[in-house]
Amino acid sequence: MRASDGLRGLGLRTSKVVYQLGGIGLFLVDVVWKGFQPPLRFRRLLGEVFDVGVLSLAIVCLSGLTVGAVLGLQGYNTLSRFGAENSLGAVVGLTLVRELGPVLTALLVTGRAGSAMAAEIASMVTTQQLDGLRMMSIDPVDFVVAPKAAAMLISMPLLNALFIVFAFLGGYLIGVVLLGLDGGVYLTSMQDSITFADDVAGTLVKSVVFGALVAFIATYRGYIAEPTSAGVSAATTQTVVIASVAILLFDYVITALWGV
Amino acid sequence: MIRRTDGGVRVDDARRIAHGARGLPGYHAPGLGFAKQGGVSEDRIRVEDVHLSFGGRVVYRGLRCGFPRGKISVIMGGSGAGKSTLLRLIAGLLRPDSGHIFVADEDITQMSERDLYRVRDRIGMLFQHGALLDSMTVFDNVALPLREHSQLSERDIAAEVSRRLVAVGLPDTEQLMPRQLSGGMLRRAALARAIVTDPEIVLCDEPFSGLDPLNVRRIESLLIELNQRLGLTLLVTSHHLPSSLRMADQMVFLVDGGAVVGPPRQLLASGDPRVREFLEAEVVADDPLRAAETSP
Repeated sequence: MRASDGLRGLGLRTSKVVYQLGGIGLFLVDVVWKGFQPPLRFRRLLGEVFDVGVLSLAIVCLSGLTVGAVLGLQGYNTLSRFGAENSLGAVVGLTLVRELGPVLTALLVTGRAGSAMAAEIASMVTTQQLDGLRMMSIDPVDFVVAPKAAAMLISMPLLNALFIVFAFLGGYLIGVVLLGLDGGVYLTSMQDSITFADDVAGTLVKSVVFGALVAFIATYRGYIAEPTSAGVSAATTQTVVIASVAILLFDYVITALWGV
Repeated sequence: MIRRTDGGVRVDDARRIAHGARGLPGYHAPGLGFAKQGGVSEDRIRVEDVHLSFGGRVVYRGLRCGFPRGKISVIMGGSGAGKSTLLRLIAGLLRPDSGHIFVADEDITQMSERDLYRVRDRIGMLFQHGALLDSMTVFDNVALPLREHSQLSERDIAAEVSRRLVAVGLPDTEQLMPRQLSGGMLRRAALARAIVTDPEIVLCDEPFSGLDPLNVRRIESLLIELNQRLGLTLLVTSHHLPSSLRMADQMVFLVDGGAVVGPPRQLLASGDPRVREFLEAEVVADDPLRAAETSP
């Protein structure tokens, strides 16, 4: 009797997990499919790109500048022990392009725009706005979710590029202006060490993958939120936690598989 | 001496309202060629043997009821009786565990979402809190279904939206955001959106809840006018007995997972103790002086 209860419980849990995975898969297919179906909602897409991209500019640029400055300072102190301070440009450049740029940008965008995206969709669920759209024969995935997901996918690589540029500037200000390294040496070292095929393409791949992850997790958590204020709060928190862990996990997987 | 309050109603008064205004055989409404006839009428919506439960809580046990074309049906019942759920089922936003729901003779219970959109083109819905998109102005909200589903030019859409907003008593609110509207205005704007595509069925979920008596009368008049002028089939869930009695051609009383259906006067005279108990309680609740009198 007890064994059969245990088996039944296991079966229930397994079917629940399979059901949830099926729901996630269907949602993903639905978002991708509807993102490319007419009518293409350019105005809504532009509005979402503004919300995700433009409104994240300040935090991304400021963070990039700060991270670059810290890298410059730490890198200089460490490299000078081995008399290799002329390699500061390479260290700052490679670290930012291959690793810190895409990962930190994704984490910042998750905190600022991903959480807002999840909260907005969850709040629309709570206030029956999505049901209102369904009653007007407007698909909420097509009208609300797909433009938000596409905006995240478009904005993430651009924000990543900006983060890296501002971090370069931060490293330059510390290494060259403050600590007295030669500007030409700093930039040449950076230019020589970064290759387009490996490093720049790698950062692009990572930022696109992270953008897709954040877009999917934020919209999905918002879309399936319980229609209560606690549901909105849970969707927001889960988005930040799950997306942050997923970013770090996928960062390792991409680095291990492709060496970027 | 007991004075009636503005929104209050006694059982006797309730019967008088029910007899005097609507729900009587042969009642003809002035309108645009649509005459309300008493007696048997074709059901535009039919709910047949519907079972539904959430977790362990049973909401419907073989629910059966019909909603006649061009009439106002008011759905009443206690909290948790499944009034809003019934509207969601009819709108296809929820599927029953078993049973069938026919909207305009089409069984919607097994329909795909795509097919449901086709059925929903015939239905407008006024949600309890309006459900206007809060990132859009009132104008854009009302214009949205037209922009999505019609070939009208922006100029024609603007004219149509203005006309509907004037009809619901909200001129000069086009550029306001939903958060800038009061509860009553919000619901009237939502009503304008619900009817802008000229649906034949309008579902209204608790349109009077949380409104002052003036706004209750305003929304009530709007709904009656829509029914009379356009011949809309209206389904209204409500706790507000006086308005329900004034509006209803038919009342559907949800109780114990089923429904007691009939014209208002029939329900008021009902010998069913569950219905009587509810209506008596509503009458007292609607009349504070009487409530004070009857309380121990």
